[in-house]
Amino acid sequence: MLEVKYEKSKGLTDTKLSYCPGCAHGIVHKLVAEALVELDILDRAIAIASVGCSVFSYQFFNCDAQQAPHGRACALATGAKRVLPDNIIFTYQGDGDLASIGIAETIHAANRGENITVIFINNAIYGMTGGQMAPTSLIGQKTTTSQDGRNQPNHGNPIKISEMFATIEGVAYLERVSVYDPKHVLNAKKAIKKAFQYQKENRGFTMIEVVSTCPVNWGMTPVDAMKWAKSDMEPVFPLGIFKDKGAE
Amino acid sequence: MARVLMKGNEAIALAAIKGGVDAFYGYPITPQNEIPEYLSKHLLANGKVFLQSESEVSAINMVYGAAGAGKRVMTSSSSPGIALKQEGISYIAAAELPCVIVSVMRGGPGLGGIQPSQADYYQATRGGGNGDYQLIVYAPESIQEAVDVMKDSFNIADYYRNPVMVLVDGLIGQMMESVDFDYPVKERKLPEKDWATNGIINHPGRRNVANSLYLDPALLEQHNFKLQAKYNQIKKNETRFELVNFDNPEYVIVAYGTMARICRSAIEMLKKDGIEVGMIRPITLFPYPEKAFDQIPKKAKGILTCELSMGQMLDDVLIANNGRHKVGFFGRTGGMVPDPEEIVDAIKSFNERVVK
Ligand SMILES: Cc1ncc(C[n+]2csc(CCOP(=O)(O)OP(=O)(O)O)c2C)c(N)n1
Ligand code: SF4
Repeated sequence: MLEVKYEKSKGLTDTKLSYCPGCAHGIVHKLVAEALVELDILDRAIAIASVGCSVFSYQFFNCDAQQAPHGRACALATGAKRVLPDNIIFTYQGDGDLASIGIAETIHAANRGENITVIFINNAIYGMTGGQMAPTSLIGQKTTTSQDGRNQPNHGNPIKISEMFATIEGVAYLERVSVYDPKHVLNAKKAIKKAFQYQKENRGFTMIEVVSTCPVNWGMTPVDAMKWAKSDMEPVFPLGIFKDKGAE
Repeated sequence: MARVLMKGNEAIALAAIKGGVDAFYGYPITPQNEIPEYLSKHLLANGKVFLQSESEVSAINMVYGAAGAGKRVMTSSSSPGIALKQEGISYIAAAELPCVIVSVMRGGPGLGGIQPSQADYYQATRGGGNGDYQLIVYAPESIQEAVDVMKDSFNIADYYRNPVMVLVDGLIGQMMESVDFDYPVKERKLPEKDWATNGIINHPGRRNVANSLYLDPALLEQHNFKLQAKYNQIKKNETRFELVNFDNPEYVIVAYGTMARICRSAIEMLKKDGIEVGMIRPITLFPYPEKAFDQIPKKAKGILTCELSMGQMLDDVLIANNGRHKVGFFGRTGGMVPDPEEIVDAIKSFNERVVK
């Protein structure tokens, strides 16, 4: 008899994901969906989709959803959470969305200790608009708007969101993870689950930064992209737990 | 409740509470600060939500989140702040979410000044946000009318699933008048908010989504047709205006809000001089009371549009008049508020004021 070894998570709808083959967005969607199902919070979850490649995530997560203007996801999440404190509210944002246009909304939501969870996909580039420089792009990284490579005098250094947010009192849990091999995927899942668990316990603002990939706009195969995330991104964006109020 | 003496902004805030507001999100700006100040005290004391946001951009997007969650939610601001809210307003209108936005106009452009103005008529009726959307815009002329409109505004917003703007100027916000909070609001059978994104647990078997993205142009066009049909319904059902001294007017003034109050005094003064002047006072700016212009007698000598701006409502007057009468304009701006005598003079020298 055939046995089902792998099933799509009930936390995802049947809509086909719109991500490019080998893009880490798909992996992270699965981890978030599994966490919501395992914690039994899917039916009271509200996903806030941002603007970027994940703009359609409101069609993918199998829960209620709102689609935010570019950068404003944490404001929508705040507005909704304040009137629905018993719901589980999370944003899913890219680095252009969170670290550039939406930095104010994100910092202040964190500073207020909004009891929401932010899934932050750092792929060091603007994916959806075709590979422009992001605030997280690495020094030397060639993008369509930094064709000779990002340089510090002109563009500044890549912005380190987790390091910055670790200084904010309202943050209850903050970890930077990656998904470039099964071991790291398992750890990312654990981190995402913990963030939602903290939200369930009303502990405050939780954020998981995922060092992600954009094989298409990096001009790499998915495998090489995973390698580059490890070899080039990780030294600039070291993995680890930056804040854990539960452990203090 | 008997009549009470209250400052305009505070009366608007109390009326919002009477109208059932669940949450307020906003950012400080003069001359509307008494609204959030009053609400910060009274909403929190009643277990409701008040939050001072980090910016107007954030405030309107918090409104989006809470409106999407199905709650009665509002924000208030003034000219430069309303400018920042335009992005969110467009999204809220597109996602068909109800909310109330109070706009207390001050002089512009730019940082401008903090004195009363009506120079944000375009901002309210044409919008600074992108796309074909409309707000339902009320322009009360007194604190009492502001209170009545405010109480009703949440019902209107819920009924049409559309943002409502209550547009006043700094004078109405800052002055004191005696008001009665007990005038009943129109009964409306409000539809269930079965679209609210409040968790599947509250509507088993169905995912609710608040969204304004339609990448397929055919679908986006359909969405726009649906919005347009709603705006046409609103035009049909919600247009409001008042006709003042309209028995047999020689001239007709068109003015709203504070300017309409000043024109009332001017009309009395002109009467004493033997000149009968009527007034069309739009109470809704969208929908604009175009039909009121049909009631202007054929032999009237002209229409004088009076505004605290360089002439913005003038566009709608010209459209509504449709070439039937001479149209003139009188305006003060930048926070300058005219005496009724200036309006009297403007009527007496009407021919010098004709723009079309
Ligand atoms: C106000 C506004 N400005 C610009 C855009 C265009 N835009 C769409 S997605 C995007 C960048 C997204 O990049 P990121 O957040 O890094 O997400 P990714 O696509 O890489 O997943 C931009 C600038 C927009 N939609 N709205
Ligand atoms: S463009 Fe990049 S980030 Fe976007 S889906 Fe494709 S690979 Fe992923």
